[in-house]
Amino acid sequence: MAEGAADHPPTSTGVDNWKLGFWTFIGSECLFFGTLISAYMVYRGTAVVGPFPEDIWNIPLTTLSTSTLLFSSLAMVLALDGVQRGAKKFALSWLAVVIAMGGTFLAIEAYEYSHFISEGLTLTSSTFGSSYYVLTGTHKVHVFVGMIWMAALWWMIYRDKIPPKGALKVEIAGIYWHFVDIIWIVIFSLVYLIS
Amino acid sequence: MSVQIENDPDTHAEETGIWSWITTVDHKRIALMYFATSLIFFLIAGAQAILIRIQLFRPANDFLSAEVYNEFFTMHGTSMIFLVAMPMAVAFFNFVVPLQIGARDVAFPRLNALSYWIYLLGGLYLTSSFFFGAAPDRAWTGYANLTLPQFSPGLNMDFWLIGLSIVGISSIMGGVNFITTIINMRAPGMKLMRMPLFTWMTLVTSFLLVTAVPIISVALIFLGFDRIFGAAFFDPARGGDPVFWQHLFWLFGHPEVYILILPAFGAISDIIPTFSKKPLFGYPIVVYAGILIGFIGWGVWSHHMFTVGLGPFADSFFIAATMIIAIPTGVKIFNWLGTMWGGSIRFTTAMLFSVGLLAVFTIGGLSGIMHASAPVNLQQHDTYFVVAHFHYVIVGGTMMGLWAALYYWFPKAIGRYLDETLGKWHFWTTLIGLNLTFFPMHFAGLYGMPRRIFTYPEGLGLEIWNQLSTVGAVIFGLSGLIMTWNVIQSYRKGERAPADPWGASSLEWALPSPPHHYNFPNIPTVRSREPLWDEEERREVEGVTMAPPKAEPHMPNPSYWPFLLAASITLSWALVMTGIWWVIALGMIPTATCVFMWAFEPAFPEGAEH
Repeated sequence: MAEGAADHPPTSTGVDNWKLGFWTFIGSECLFFGTLISAYMVYRGTAVVGPFPEDIWNIPLTTLSTSTLLFSSLAMVLALDGVQRGAKKFALSWLAVVIAMGGTFLAIEAYEYSHFISEGLTLTSSTFGSSYYVLTGTHKVHVFVGMIWMAALWWMIYRDKIPPKGALKVEIAGIYWHFVDIIWIVIFSLVYLIS
Repeated sequence: MSVQIENDPDTHAEETGIWSWITTVDHKRIALMYFATSLIFFLIAGAQAILIRIQLFRPANDFLSAEVYNEFFTMHGTSMIFLVAMPMAVAFFNFVVPLQIGARDVAFPRLNALSYWIYLLGGLYLTSSFFFGAAPDRAWTGYANLTLPQFSPGLNMDFWLIGLSIVGISSIMGGVNFITTIINMRAPGMKLMRMPLFTWMTLVTSFLLVTAVPIISVALIFLGFDRIFGAAFFDPARGGDPVFWQHLFWLFGHPEVYILILPAFGAISDIIPTFSKKPLFGYPIVVYAGILIGFIGWGVWSHHMFTVGLGPFADSFFIAATMIIAIPTGVKIFNWLGTMWGGSIRFTTAMLFSVGLLAVFTIGGLSGIMHASAPVNLQQHDTYFVVAHFHYVIVGGTMMGLWAALYYWFPKAIGRYLDETLGKWHFWTTLIGLNLTFFPMHFAGLYGMPRRIFTYPEGLGLEIWNQLSTVGAVIFGLSGLIMTWNVIQSYRKGERAPADPWGASSLEWALPSPPHHYNFPNIPTVRSREPLWDEEERREVEGVTMAPPKAEPHMPNPSYWPFLLAASITLSWALVMTGIWWVIALGMIPTATCVFMWAFEPAFPEGAEH
């Protein structure tokens, strides 16, 4: 992970290579999710057999999962702050909260999936099913990867492998986590609320 | 922290042997591997083209069956674009860019190695489809719903979509790497507007890669879900829309055209000034034109879809955008002409290919403007006229530019010249061969010969054009063999090249040929756009770049994880073909393991962190 840490001449922009490279990757991810979301929007109203969105949305439940993910970003900020200050216990606690909230989000969403499937909405049932499951499924994979990443960081902090000057590792994971969070806000607005 | 070194740094020179190549993270070695690999894929895909041309030599020929013909034209197109033209450009990005900006390596050396190994293994996976008798056979555009299971059973298009998904990962990572390298690792004084044009065009191309490739990745994911898991994305019976595939494909596909051509433009923008002994005419304009092409390239995709029937409003928009993009391209052509004007021109092979590009690419550009007009396009769509057009652009533009780059930078990379006599043979057989192959296709197309059809009946007036094309293809094939022979021979015993064989202006020529494994013993300070063309600045730069290093250069550790991770990723993706969810899930385990091992391996030697 420390690739680029030994740049001898300071970087031309003053921004660390890892940070710049990761932001570029996030830009690429925006196009990736942008295409997935566009596909959902393009196929809105094209499903020939039900269930249709208005039949199965449970907005209060999804609002709950959305706010869980939303508040996990706050926990992420606090965890990073802890690492930067060298406050190990503080950082570990908040990072654990991030992982727990991510897990809660996935659990609620898994319940939502099973509910939808029992209602007859599957990957193969209609364009609605296909575009909904592939879009949200890709997002869930991102959340899951983020949780593994956080768990690895938790272990490293626990073993004192991340001193305050190595906080960049946590900061980059934070950029990722916030991105995954923001994308879900966009999905929640465009997929669930506008229908 | 700086370590005084006691002995000559060249005793720390890189190891040799196969293991050192597998574990290398040196951008120069990775560049050589990229080039060698893309050259082999070039010969394979070229052989397919020759076989296609033999089949078309006579009407009602039965040299190839329709099925094999479909596989060949599909694999020819797919390979030439994704396994030849793009990675060969990346070979030059890798070799040249860090040297031009004064960096010791790219920003993420291990990621760079990973990009290469994914490209190699993804390319091998795609090509291996021939051994399973299941080579992709529904054209490089993979149009849904022709590619859905009901019209395309068998594993053929699974190989295609999974292979391209794998190679796409490599492109995105390469783009991220080069953007970071160019923005962040320039030598002191190397402002953006002092960068050589090749570096500039690498930057623009990298932005196109990280933005366009995700779109095709998603399209391939959709197609994969449709084919393997029965999703409904492109199935009209369940509300899916095959035209949506076309939009996604070309939304990627047109920026892709500029991904292919801009590196060639960048290369000849460095080569023409060198051999005209004049700075590039209108440097800022050439830079801005390149950026503008990158932007407008996003707004022209539907000109591939005029026959779909998008309506007069959409058609008019895309006609206008397509014609507008000809303007910055034309500007560049005039800038290159302006550079040569009044210069003292030396016609080396590199220069011949550059001038050849100007002439041949312009013909392709002009036929492009012809079918930019929707009414004209309705006549030409899916005929050989279009085949003629894009071969003029990609062979006459991209490949000629890459060959120019090869003759220009080979002495820097290897320390030996490519043979100029063989080079001239290569150039003239290329020029004659490609014009003889592709010019008659304009006529065949206008007489109504459709592309992607394995034969044609007698008596339609198509015979003579096809025969000329086939003869041309054989000559063009010969040029490829001459070039390959030249590369092999010159690599082994070519004439030794000095540090600056061409009298060029940019930083890479202030280093020995081939450069040290750490590139710059000390990082020079740049004061102008042509640092080596100013006597005083040249002395200053060479005083730094030719001196022994003041401190031990911190070079990254070699690593075998890039290779293992690439192998795992390829395996994980290939297992998707089974369509069994637990096999796919298990297949992800090696990838995850490699990611972890990679992350915990120190990138730099102990003590180098500071």
